[in-house]
Amino acid sequence: MRNPIRRRANWVIVVTYVAALLLSIWPLPDWAEPFRPAWLVLTTVYWCLFLPHRVGLLVTFVVGILMDSLTGSLLGEHALALLLVAWVTLKLHLQIRVYPWWQQTLVVLSLMLLYTFVLFWVDGMLGYTQGSLLRWMPVLITTLLWPWVMQLLSVLQQRYQVS
Amino acid sequence: MFALHRPQRSPRLFSSNPAGALRTLLLVAVCIALMFYDHQRGHLQKIHAALSTLVYPVQAAVNAPYALANWAQEKLAMHTALVKENTRLNQELLMDSVQLQQTAALEQENARLRELLQASAKLRGHVVLATLLAADMDPFRHMIVIDKGADAGVYEGQTLLDARGIIGQVIQVGPVSSEVALITDPSQAIQVQVNRTSLRTLAIGGADVDTLSLPYLANNADVKPGDLLVTSGLDGHYPAGYPVAVITRVHRDPAEPFASVTAQPVADLDHGHDVLLYFPAVASTPLPKPEVRSTKKPLRRRPR
Repeated sequence: MRNPIRRRANWVIVVTYVAALLLSIWPLPDWAEPFRPAWLVLTTVYWCLFLPHRVGLLVTFVVGILMDSLTGSLLGEHALALLLVAWVTLKLHLQIRVYPWWQQTLVVLSLMLLYTFVLFWVDGMLGYTQGSLLRWMPVLITTLLWPWVMQLLSVLQQRYQVS
Repeated sequence: MFALHRPQRSPRLFSSNPAGALRTLLLVAVCIALMFYDHQRGHLQKIHAALSTLVYPVQAAVNAPYALANWAQEKLAMHTALVKENTRLNQELLMDSVQLQQTAALEQENARLRELLQASAKLRGHVVLATLLAADMDPFRHMIVIDKGADAGVYEGQTLLDARGIIGQVIQVGPVSSEVALITDPSQAIQVQVNRTSLRTLAIGGADVDTLSLPYLANNADVKPGDLLVTSGLDGHYPAGYPVAVITRVHRDPAEPFASVTAQPVADLDHGHDVLLYFPAVASTPLPKPEVRSTKKPLRRRPR
């Protein structure tokens, strides 16, 4: 802000979130649907990790509510799960940032377990317990995607000087 | 990474503690409260409607490539292919009209018989065309978005059909779009009767998008694979007499009180095609249906 050369480029953050939402509802064949990565978790973790002063709990909450509306789930379900993920990330962002990539991936794995558990738990209370084993597939796939998504987003962030 | 050299305290408002305990607790509490109220459907109708307008561009954007592909296919189709399709459609039309002639006669006969039995005459509804948007929702539910909402008179609980049978019912109405639960959604049950024997039972959804299960049929019930299930209309929700599913498997285990019966829906439940919204004819004695047109008015008078 004080440095006029550094543009704020809010739109890059908005674009990444919109892209994550688009990918979250992009039609997939029925067999592939349980394997859909949690794009929103990756985006949230990235921005909370590297721009914690810009993207925090409020942004996460709003995006989570939009996700709830898109997926037709209970209002607040995805928001709650994302909030917890964002909260842990924000709390530990200084440590996670300096981890090597594989250690970061392990952190993402545990965050995804937390996220999936919250969704699973809320769905279980509502009585939707179908596909219990398949539910945990996105944990694996999302975790494996983290190094690539992180590279991509950091290239974007550097290219457009989002700070 | 490169952001490491940044001072942790930046001069912006709220930046000193991005994960403050108070804010976190407050937002988590808001989420939990929202879930509580939303679980009792109808309390958050306004918020749902507003949000559905907000996210409609995203859904439309996801649907756009499919719509574009369809459009391009129509525009770029070869003359010969069009002529061929035209011929085929004309033939189909002829076949259907011949069957319709019989239907008209049967309908008259049915009305006469009903008069003799002093049963109330069947009322015919009308239908409006809508399109299923190609957008996936929760992978463990079977829901879909259509491109018609309150602006087209869609109401909660409305039946959705296609050319072959029942698709599902509207569960959430937005200003320009609506959410539909397919009959195979785990939360859905539909009153059906076996067309051959008029045996009535419930068909409920589950994990699989092309399977309905009929858990309440006794072991000695007269059902066999291939039997057509039609709506009975007794749930006061779905119109009577529309095809729902065909029984695919009947497993009778003498040790169990109920037979295990599964059926396959006859409607094309996949997304990205045209469907019909069913508007019931206005009956002289109104049915006890509190949901009808509820989106236009405040929801205070809801029983739940």
